[in-house]
Amino acid sequence: MCACFIFIPAYEILHSPYNIRSKFLKDSFFTILLSVNLLLLEAAFFPIMLLRRGTYKTMEISRKLNRISPTVWEIPVDYKKGMRVPARIFATEKLLQSMDEGVFDQITNVARMPGIVGPALCMPDGHWGYGFPIGGVAAFDPENGVISPGGIGFDVNCGMRLIRTNLTYAQIKPHIKNLVDRLFARVPAGVGNTGFVRASRDDFRELIEQGAPWCVKNGYATAEDLELTEENGYFKGADSAKISEKAVERGYKQVGTLGSGNHYLEIQIAKQENIFDTEIARTYGITIPDQVVLMVHCGSRGFGHQVATDYLGTFLSVMEKKYHIPLTDRELACAPFRSKEGQDYFAAMKCAVNMSFVNRQVILHRIREVFSDYFKKSPEDLGIHQIYDIAHNTAKLEMHEIDGKIREVLIHRKGATRAFAPGMEGIPVQYSQAGQPVIIGGSMETGSSLCAGVETGKQALFTTAHGSGRTMSRRQAKKIYNGKTLARDMLERGIYVRTSSFSGLAEEGGKAYKNIDDVVEATERAGISKRVARLIPVGNIKG
Amino acid sequence: MPYSYIDDIAIADIAFRAEGTSLEEVFRSSWDATLNVLVEKPEKISLNKTKTIALGAARIDMLLFSFLNELVYFKDAEQLLLRVDHLNIHDSDGNPSLNAVLKGEKLDRRKHVFGTDVKAVTLHMLSIKKTAEGWEATVVLDV
Repeated sequence: MCACFIFIPAYEILHSPYNIRSKFLKDSFFTILLSVNLLLLEAAFFPIMLLRRGTYKTMEISRKLNRISPTVWEIPVDYKKGMRVPARIFATEKLLQSMDEGVFDQITNVARMPGIVGPALCMPDGHWGYGFPIGGVAAFDPENGVISPGGIGFDVNCGMRLIRTNLTYAQIKPHIKNLVDRLFARVPAGVGNTGFVRASRDDFRELIEQGAPWCVKNGYATAEDLELTEENGYFKGADSAKISEKAVERGYKQVGTLGSGNHYLEIQIAKQENIFDTEIARTYGITIPDQVVLMVHCGSRGFGHQVATDYLGTFLSVMEKKYHIPLTDRELACAPFRSKEGQDYFAAMKCAVNMSFVNRQVILHRIREVFSDYFKKSPEDLGIHQIYDIAHNTAKLEMHEIDGKIREVLIHRKGATRAFAPGMEGIPVQYSQAGQPVIIGGSMETGSSLCAGVETGKQALFTTAHGSGRTMSRRQAKKIYNGKTLARDMLERGIYVRTSSFSGLAEEGGKAYKNIDDVVEATERAGISKRVARLIPVGNIKG
Repeated sequence: MPYSYIDDIAIADIAFRAEGTSLEEVFRSSWDATLNVLVEKPEKISLNKTKTIALGAARIDMLLFSFLNELVYFKDAEQLLLRVDHLNIHDSDGNPSLNAVLKGEKLDRRKHVFGTDVKAVTLHMLSIKKTAEGWEATVVLDV
């Protein structure tokens, strides 16, 4: 087509019956036309050249990758100076090719950290982060290894909670708008919102040390809710004395807030045709065709961010001077785990973990209140029970097999979900045969996945993906999407969304995220988790 | 334009480059760039609340880091949207410090149109450097 722009006009001009006086004009016109067409040609091929350049870069790392299997790729220790262990990426070739360069750079930096044991790992939804890549996982020897806020994330214990009801889609369909409107009114979301839990500073210090058990004492939780939460909803050893006043000031008014960005509260349907493992689904409580479930995605809010910021500063001041650990990336600042600074951060991090468990628990309580008020039935009669709550930004001590030996390690999971296999200690007894539930969030337009931990997850320290990862920047998303138009489009497709920021909503459009099905399929093919059900959104509140 | 947002260095978050002929100017531009992520038309923020801050750091980029984190802190801790009213930076003796007067108002959902919440200022690619025209800063925000 571009050739036609050059040759056809050129032929016409050269053979036109113009006289000699117009030859100069003719020649100039031809020159201009040729230049314009060459520019058009270049414009047409430029994206291909860019793609080739991008592909070339990925191909460059691809040449260094050892293919362990169709879904496991290894970067050897000689790839980068200072690597103590290899890096392993769990991904299909398609997902691997779509990963940005930052993933490879960052995961190989992780492989250089002191005391790392076993390979540095990256999950199929891996993408560029701060310090560790999102989807990064690494285990460290507690005695001579380090702890790093960059391996946990600013939003400590950002996580997911899945809740079931005994309602069907047909029953709630006429009420979705009202339910979403009520949830939007009762669960604060968005910039600078304060929470519905009125905690004093002293209350806050108490709840961050106790975690979800504080919710039972204060009427926000049942004992069953805690049993069905990772680590029973609290990390032991949280110490509020290790928290700065600034962190408390940022956090104590935020208990019971959803946040913004990619955080949400969704009403979803487990359609019968989207159940992949009926037996496990039944074990998890998905027993009714087109069952209504709810999903909450949020974390420790400004509190967790301040804890991470505070200790990043602390570690930067001691890492090189006191502990002689070379600094390659400030976001990867760390300290020896057993040092005072390391232990102080661990105790502070646990406070942030606990605050997040409390946050998601009180939101569940609010969901129960809203549904109960609306349907004039008790939460028990509506069958509102938790399926599970998982964290995807934490560090904790766990027992794992490393190089053939079972040993205690400090495992950092950043944008990655624990996925314990059937029979493993630490998952609820009622899920012992099925394996630990794993909740992997997709975009607000495409929905999410419920998965289960599997035995072959041992190869990845019983860890799997956490979400679908972005494909474009927030600003690029706002060029494609108009928030209000997007909300209307979604409504036409059966998803009613309420948001406190249409600008923020545009940033979360479906095309801004990778295909969740590709990610979940990759986890299954890699043997790090398996699909149980696909969950389709019908109602959503966002900040 | 004293600042511009950069698309290709923070796919899941927001990055910007700010400029100024002086340190005070580039710090102000960086503050405005951060505020503009949070709220549309920050010039409409009324100036009826005042906060005074004094900060010090080992390096000028860490001073910028601490300075911008104050915006995030006041937004969460006191629900304030603040603009920079007065700013003085001292950087002559190797220990950069600043004094600032910040003015603004309480967050008001009926008045302010919110964009994206800024949860933290990151150290990723954080830089501030002298240029021929003055100063240039690069900052990545966790949103």
